[in-house]
Amino acid sequence: MIWMDFLKTFLIGGAFCLIGQILINNTKITSARILVGFLLAGVLLETVGVYKYIREFGNSGATVPIIGFGSALARGAIEGALQNGILGAVSGGIEAAAPGIAAVIFIAFVVGLVATPKTK
Amino acid sequence: MNAPDKEYLALIRERMPKSRHFATMFRAFWTGGLICCIGEALTLFYSEVAKVSVEDDVSSLTTITLILITAILTGFGIYDKIGAYAGAGSIVPITGFANSVVSSAIEHKREGVVLGLCSNMFQVAGPVIVFGISSSILVGIIVLIFKGAFI
Repeated sequence: MIWMDFLKTFLIGGAFCLIGQILINNTKITSARILVGFLLAGVLLETVGVYKYIREFGNSGATVPIIGFGSALARGAIEGALQNGILGAVSGGIEAAAPGIAAVIFIAFVVGLVATPKTK
Repeated sequence: MNAPDKEYLALIRERMPKSRHFATMFRAFWTGGLICCIGEALTLFYSEVAKVSVEDDVSSLTTITLILITAILTGFGIYDKIGAYAGAGSIVPITGFANSVVSSAIEHKREGVVLGLCSNMFQVAGPVIVFGISSSILVGIIVLIFKGAFI
């Protein structure tokens, strides 16, 4: 059922953002720290093998938040290490993240050149 | 800019109505959930309509599309307005990561393309990449040491 998938996506994705908002409200933590915290949580949960269940349930709700980026990095490193040994362990993570990072750099560069900074 | 006074911050926190917390939490929940649903719709589009068969490719394409949409919205100043309403709902998804890169790039453009735009692009997102890649290498090394547990 397609709507069920969307509902699960909404619930899981929303839940991660809710956790982020609770952290902001109660600790006045900066957004860079929130991003790093979620990322490391994703790396940890993927490494211990828990995140794949969240991903199976939450679909894009588990992959779109930054925690999914962390899990993708860890998954890449694990697969790389198992297939290519030490070289795979070093390059596996960034290989998995490469499309996203490359796109961010290129798109931000182009938009940065085109867009005009607004005066504050 | 001076760092806000600690006593002043404590005073603000005391005076801030508790119900506002629930309002921001609700906003973060539904906007964040909605952004993920847009991601899910893109995933369905790439796998069912565009017939991309490799699952990793589908998720890469979804990520790139979300980044592109965010970058355009940030360029027009729309994402900042969404962020003012959504709070963490606009920070936690990958779109928040893209927004932080693009908005840093635009903000520092005045200082020049090389030393302004390019070198300040990752002011907020840099730590994410440093921690992300470092921890993934650490995980890779741990996997090499305890290989049996991961197969």
